[in-house]
Amino acid sequence: MKHTVNQKTHWYDYLWIWSIIYFALGFFNILFAWLGMIDFILPLIFAIVGGNKWFCNHMCGRGQLFWVLGRKLKCSRGKKAPKWISSKWFRYGFLAFFLTMFGTMVFQTYLVFSGAESLRKAIKLFWTFKVPWKWAYNGSTFPDWVAQFGFGFYSLMLTSTLIGLIVMVLYKERTWCSFCPMGTMTQGICKIKAKKGA
Amino acid sequence: MKKAANDTGRCVACGVCALQCPRGAISIYRGCYADVNISMCVGCGICEKACPAGSIVVRETEDTGR
Ligand code: SF4
Ligand code: SF4
Ligand code: SF4
Repeated sequence: MKHTVNQKTHWYDYLWIWSIIYFALGFFNILFAWLGMIDFILPLIFAIVGGNKWFCNHMCGRGQLFWVLGRKLKCSRGKKAPKWISSKWFRYGFLAFFLTMFGTMVFQTYLVFSGAESLRKAIKLFWTFKVPWKWAYNGSTFPDWVAQFGFGFYSLMLTSTLIGLIVMVLYKERTWCSFCPMGTMTQGICKIKAKKGA
Repeated sequence: MKKAANDTGRCVACGVCALQCPRGAISIYRGCYADVNISMCVGCGICEKACPAGSIVVRETEDTGR
């Protein structure tokens, strides 16, 4: 049990910088979008192996970014979010929606892999608006589907960050965390594990 | 005495409250919810202000002497 009163700062308290670097890298070369997989896999490893949310609790760059912008730079109204945002049905519903969209993105990658479709150098915001992103890819030694996944994954990361920024401004700094699909998924895994291991 | 109390069914276990608590009174129980150590809590309300789910609140509680 921790009894420290003064909070020490750790290297992982600065991971919010990583989330900015991530988007910058993907702006110049879409292949860097793949690095975002770390933010997908790591929380799941913590949850499945450790049965904890240590990733969310200490090292999620996105959560930290919302805190830095919202609290430290005062970009958040800090108002209470409507209750339905953190209700179970909305959280699990959003998770289901998000996973469906992820699946669609993987399928799109498969289509490029199989040659049924060709690589589209664009990102899609809010699953709706196409934004040309040509400059971020001029071919590489990798096959086209690798880049297609990059565009798709980058779209997903950017869209979720934008939603997070909007709710950060409107409500509490880390409102995104109350319905973040990764957060919901890892908490769900932890709950199952805690029940089993009780 | 004012103490923090968490609605564990509502908590999303994000851990913002635990990071902000100046007394280190909060820990995240097995990734499921925030657990307040009542004996360490001073009822400052910093956690309530930070919580995005509105699940942790400071309220008047009977001092159980724990
Ligand atoms: S809930 Fe999502 S955004 Fe928030 S800390 Fe966890 S993974 Fe990061
Ligand atoms: S009220 Fe203050 S001391 Fe008590 S748990 Fe919340 S932040 Fe910590
Ligand atoms: S800030 Fe709120 S939702 Fe997050 S762990 Fe603490 S009590 Fe739970």
